[in-house]
Amino acid sequence: MKEQNLEAHFQAKIDAEIKIEPKDWMPDEYRKTLIRQISQHAHSEIVGMLPEGNWITRAPSLRRKLILLAKVQDEAGHGLYLYSAAETLGADRGDLVLQMLNGKAKYSSIFNYPTLNWADIGAIGWLVDGAAITNQVMLTRTSYGPYARAMVRICKEESFHQRQGYEIMLAMSRGSEEQKQMAQDSLNRWWWPSLMMFGPHDGESSHSEQAFKWKIKRKSNDELRQQFVDATIPQAGLLGLTVPDPALRWNAERGHYDFSPINWDEFWNVVKGNGPCNRERIAARQKACDDGAWVREAALAYAEKKEQKQIGARQTAAA
Amino acid sequence: MKKSWPLWEVFIRSKSGLDHKHAGSIHAADAEMAIENARDIYTRRNEGVSIWVVESKHITASDPDDADALFEPAKDKIYRHPTFYNLPDEVKHM
Repeated sequence: MKEQNLEAHFQAKIDAEIKIEPKDWMPDEYRKTLIRQISQHAHSEIVGMLPEGNWITRAPSLRRKLILLAKVQDEAGHGLYLYSAAETLGADRGDLVLQMLNGKAKYSSIFNYPTLNWADIGAIGWLVDGAAITNQVMLTRTSYGPYARAMVRICKEESFHQRQGYEIMLAMSRGSEEQKQMAQDSLNRWWWPSLMMFGPHDGESSHSEQAFKWKIKRKSNDELRQQFVDATIPQAGLLGLTVPDPALRWNAERGHYDFSPINWDEFWNVVKGNGPCNRERIAARQKACDDGAWVREAALAYAEKKEQKQIGARQTAAA
Repeated sequence: MKKSWPLWEVFIRSKSGLDHKHAGSIHAADAEMAIENARDIYTRRNEGVSIWVVESKHITASDPDDADALFEPAKDKIYRHPTFYNLPDEVKHM
């Protein structure tokens, strides 16, 4: 088939809601877009372990510690599902990790904010995972099969993440006055960065149009953001906490909450590497990569030695 | 980057009586590590009672571009399906 026909055939499949699978023909740009998006998603899961890992040793009870450990382990798993989805497109996992370490590939900017108190673990589960789920539920219907399947698995597991976070917020907002203050302080700090997770406005998002045509995305950044705000405000009310936005109010005409404009200067500043923890996060990932190098090499050397031994034993037996 | 661990495909039997089903892939230095990594990545919530791993390079897949020709022999044999046969209503469950 000619390139043009291939492309028409490809688009027809997308239009008919037939998933694209690894060995199917696809435009180079589709492949590149997916590798970029899936790997950035994977990096986000991996870097996302750091702010929460910060509190594992200081969790207030054994129950909370076990839950947090399980959650952080899930994030590692999610990162690995996504790396393997990216690999089905021909990407090399080592290269992808390297791109994150040298700053060529991004991860979600939310993880460049610090976790200052225990309530932040609650706010992350409730808001950050809540925002991520809003996006990921949409992605369970993305056009690339392996990505969609990874998302289904991730969404099933993320539901516990959000619920445990909300449970922490609930416990704190119903606790002492001081605990309630901590919960409110945490909400104040995480609210706007959570809304920024959905990315720039639709008009300013550089990849949107093509991503819609290829059904990689099915909802715009602003639609998803509104969906998240609408779902979250009543939950904040139930906690007796308020979001840090004086302009927030229900708009009966639109059937949605109105909210203030986002501080995009802050968003771009963090994306460009100047958030509170950008350097710390990359340094931690670089250290993990460097410190683990000898383990990876030793395991490989051991596997090769074992294989040689087996071959030797088989030859002896045959002789 | 130095030589990396090979890629393995993971198949999981969710419970006795069911087939192993492809779950995804992982990296591991050898088969034993592949089983353990597969357990950690794909069965954190009791999703399996048995795991198969096979190095990805050993899998041969059909070419999707040849799918029409490959599966053509089955396409016109509708008589392989039970609904092809018209039986009187009196013959109940068959």
